[in-house]
Amino acid sequence: MAKPLEQFEIKTLVDIPLGGLDASFTNASAFMVISVAAVTLFLTVGMRRRALVPGRWQSMAELSYQFVAQLVRENVGTEGRQYFPFIFTLFMFILFSNMIGLIPYAFTVTSHIIVTFALALVVFLGVTLIALIKHRLRFFSFFMPPGVPLYMAPLLVPIEIISYLARPVTLGLRLFANMMAGHTMLKVFAGFIVVLGIGGIAPIAAIVLLYGLEVIVAVLQAYVFTILTCLYLHDALHLH
Amino acid sequence: MVPAVFAVATAPDGRFDAIPMDEGNHPPSLNDLDARLRKARGKAHPANAAEGKDVPAGGWGQAMRVGLELVSGLAVGVGIGWLLDEWLGTRPWLMVVFFFLGAGAGMLNVYRSVSNLGYGVGYGGAPAGDDTEGAEKEKEDDKP
Repeated sequence: MAKPLEQFEIKTLVDIPLGGLDASFTNASAFMVISVAAVTLFLTVGMRRRALVPGRWQSMAELSYQFVAQLVRENVGTEGRQYFPFIFTLFMFILFSNMIGLIPYAFTVTSHIIVTFALALVVFLGVTLIALIKHRLRFFSFFMPPGVPLYMAPLLVPIEIISYLARPVTLGLRLFANMMAGHTMLKVFAGFIVVLGIGGIAPIAAIVLLYGLEVIVAVLQAYVFTILTCLYLHDALHLH
Repeated sequence: MVPAVFAVATAPDGRFDAIPMDEGNHPPSLNDLDARLRKARGKAHPANAAEGKDVPAGGWGQAMRVGLELVSGLAVGVGIGWLLDEWLGTRPWLMVVFFFLGAGAGMLNVYRSVSNLGYGVGYGGAPAGDDTEGAEKEKEDDKP
């Protein structure tokens, strides 16, 4: 019977030893390249004709653009405009990685915690840097809730700092856990089909349903990651 | 006086040649383009809605979010304690202290994410009136 976790195995495609580091080109890297290429293709080819009345493909490209633009406008505000390219890239990359991962035999990049955590860390460090540059030392007042008596500070400031540091952890973990759980579940049900023979129709039906759910989860998690990035950015720019 | 555009819309036979040619009419879509543009530009300066109000929060998703917040706060706390212990050589003690601080942080995060029922963090989504005041102020700041 197929092992449900086999799909997450990293296989080296091209061996590249870089000093003492293992910088090999793996199936994970290959699928990252594929999703970047797919996004680029989707947007550039879709927008090639730039028709006033968009066709189907151009409509999809424009819809995804507008969707993220509205997200940024509503959750970050006007100042968020200059960060839109980054947020849009993030959204499209996660969305396409999730969706490509749903194709049979494909590898899901976002089901590896190191990938999602790296994405979350980039967001976290970037947002913290923006806040530091924009507010300088006033940034640290973020860790002292307003209207709290001073004698509570020794207790509350560490808690606030830990709660701030937990942001990238939750951000990365949420995407990873959702993708990994869904794919494992699909594989477990797929294993039942072979074992049950004729009775395998039941797990096939379950897989069809689960697959639909997974498509929703793939889009939803890309959206959640993006909206959380927007909210963190809003915090960094406005500093309550 | 009825505007020309209006007259077209109310023409009984609804034919397009009801447009009076001598007045140099534009099609209506270009006529009010300016107004529509102004409206769209106004939209670019909304009162900053910080709360993640549109986030679909199903029961399962919310439960998962709460669990995740709780655990990650705790994990970060314990991790910091462990690293500080490693560094200062005070083996168990700082980890014990930061275990409780991390638990506190986790609960705080849960409280925050649940109390405004969105993904909002920080104090932006805090309940009570001063939040709307802040939004008003920001709106005024954005105006010019």
